[in-house]
Amino acid sequence: MHCHNCLSHINIPAGAKKIVLVGNPNVGKSVFFNAFTGMYVDVSNFPGTTVDISHGRYGGDVILDTPGIYGISSFNDEERVARDVVLAADLVVNVVDAVHLERDLFLTLQLVDTGLPVIVALNMMDEAKTRGIAVDADLLEHLLGVPVVPTVAVKGQGLDDLKARLPEARPGIVPPELQKELREMMRTVAASPEALLVLEGDEEVAGRHGLSAGGRREDFYQERRRRVNDIVGHVVREVTDGAGFAARLGRWMLRPLTGVPIFALILYAMYYIIGVLVAQDIVGFTEETLMQGLYEPAVRGFVGRFASEESVIGTILVGEFGLLTMTVTYILGLLLPLVVGFYLVLSVMEDSGYLPRLATLVDRLMNAIGLNGRAVIPMILGFGCVTMATITTRILGSQRERTIATAVLGLAIPCSAQLGVIAGMLAGLGPEYIAIYTGVIVLILGLVGKVLHSVLPGESTDLLIDLPPLRLPRGENVLKKTVTKSYAFLREAAPLFMLGALLITVLQVTGLLEVIQDGLAPLTNGLLKLPRETATVFIMGMIRRDFGAAGLEDMALGPAETLVSLTVITLFVPCIAALIVILKERGLKEGALIWLGSWLAAFAVGGIVAHILI
Amino acid sequence: MTLAQATRGQRIEVVAIPDPAVRAQAIRFGISAGERVECAEKLPAGPVIIAKGRQEIAVGRRLAESIEVRPA
Repeated sequence: MHCHNCLSHINIPAGAKKIVLVGNPNVGKSVFFNAFTGMYVDVSNFPGTTVDISHGRYGGDVILDTPGIYGISSFNDEERVARDVVLAADLVVNVVDAVHLERDLFLTLQLVDTGLPVIVALNMMDEAKTRGIAVDADLLEHLLGVPVVPTVAVKGQGLDDLKARLPEARPGIVPPELQKELREMMRTVAASPEALLVLEGDEEVAGRHGLSAGGRREDFYQERRRRVNDIVGHVVREVTDGAGFAARLGRWMLRPLTGVPIFALILYAMYYIIGVLVAQDIVGFTEETLMQGLYEPAVRGFVGRFASEESVIGTILVGEFGLLTMTVTYILGLLLPLVVGFYLVLSVMEDSGYLPRLATLVDRLMNAIGLNGRAVIPMILGFGCVTMATITTRILGSQRERTIATAVLGLAIPCSAQLGVIAGMLAGLGPEYIAIYTGVIVLILGLVGKVLHSVLPGESTDLLIDLPPLRLPRGENVLKKTVTKSYAFLREAAPLFMLGALLITVLQVTGLLEVIQDGLAPLTNGLLKLPRETATVFIMGMIRRDFGAAGLEDMALGPAETLVSLTVITLFVPCIAALIVILKERGLKEGALIWLGSWLAAFAVGGIVAHILI
Repeated sequence: MTLAQATRGQRIEVVAIPDPAVRAQAIRFGISAGERVECAEKLPAGPVIIAKGRQEIAVGRRLAESIEVRPA
């Protein structure tokens, strides 16, 4: 990202101060944000990222939230966004976790070094106490040179104090040597925070000033680390060793012997919440009763007044894949509940501290296909919606990993829309077919990952993550995250689903759809040994993957034929929206390759299975 | 020796982290050359978990093989 005026898309009234909340991940920052802003909050997306910034009013001023980060620089999108918001700040409220000062104060000192007015909220003081940690807040205030307010945000303690002391926020103590260097740098870079980042070797900020970043980041970091350790040595006293149940559970989640059963349990809970409650009960109501029962007839009736359903415009709007009928039903009736369900589960896993432990547990497996443990996040999301998961591959550390993850997602991960139908049909076939299906899909997933891993140039990044303490997630926080992420996804994906439906309708109206189906027929008939009509089902699968699978239910197929069709449908290109996202994220050439590759793989594997079984 | 060779429960001192990006990120987490840490957990052929005070960090095995340490 390279926008100098990064907050230009956020409406900030003249004369309002920009108060920015900054902290490490999971320090309870959003509780502070809510305490300051109350109900009126706006969320805006940072261009070119999946990062959303919440902002709201506090008196005549504006409060801006930032993503949880360990430092401000350019290591990832979150940091870049947080950095740019901090660079625009008039005042920084830094939330730190009293239990984790060694980690958190690194960011605090970096903020102090920017020369901006800072106030520190020393949060989770209650937890520090139960864990046997005593923190001397007064001494910390003295050593940092900025106000330090002890808080227990979730219980509302210390929040009034923080608000009252907000005007006391001031630039803290910057070591003399650094001050000298900053003064030097400020001859070319006027603002102190930017001068610091240029000194620290932040290439993007340096680039904005036409400078090249120096290679001294590490000297600064080392020196800062030394100061952090020194401060922590003075202000923190370990009264007792408070490693309790949470710490032990945290370890069990990591060790394969206990970690795998725990993961299995969590997966089952996830299946129950999303697969049963959401996919069946809630979607049954939203998709069938609300959308198809009430909404679609109404919109058909309305459009029918202006154009007949058989006309071209009628087909586009309210036909079989109509923009106003199928697409809206699909997005609101089916996708929305599922996406909310997945983000809800993911937010709980994230806020409880389980996600980094899961990433650690599966790291070894992911390494085999050139990914690291963090890739477990898009993989889990893929079972919800491949489109959503593909967007999430942005969190991965290198282009190489994003390519591998995208290809694997597009090829071998069946999304929830499809999974339900597939599971239902497989269940009717018996355990041996379920085993063959699962075996084939897992084999292909591993094989493709492995091949890409050895063929693609470059290196994948290694796992290096902080394992935060396990905590009970807070409902309010989880809900907020779920809403923000679901909204961001729909805003990004809804136009793609529209575009996909439009494309298919155009194919249908022009008769091209039939040409494609006829063209595919020899392939289905000869190679896959399936009836000609299955070609239609495969094409339908591109519009909505569950359509494809559901279409098979209406055909009289033998068990082996069903298995072949299901395998092909799973491996086949994901739905057209996912395809567009793949092209968008990976570029035309690579996206097209992934697309062609999955066609090839789907028919090749289907053909092999067909020739063995049928 | 490398971090990957440390045994569970062993106290070690970090000697060198070769990759600059990793080094910078590790400093933020509180782990840099000269730092004394504990090898808190080792997953079979998987990540090594190092602990310093209450701070725990998971390090992928390949990365652990590149980090130089010595017993402390």
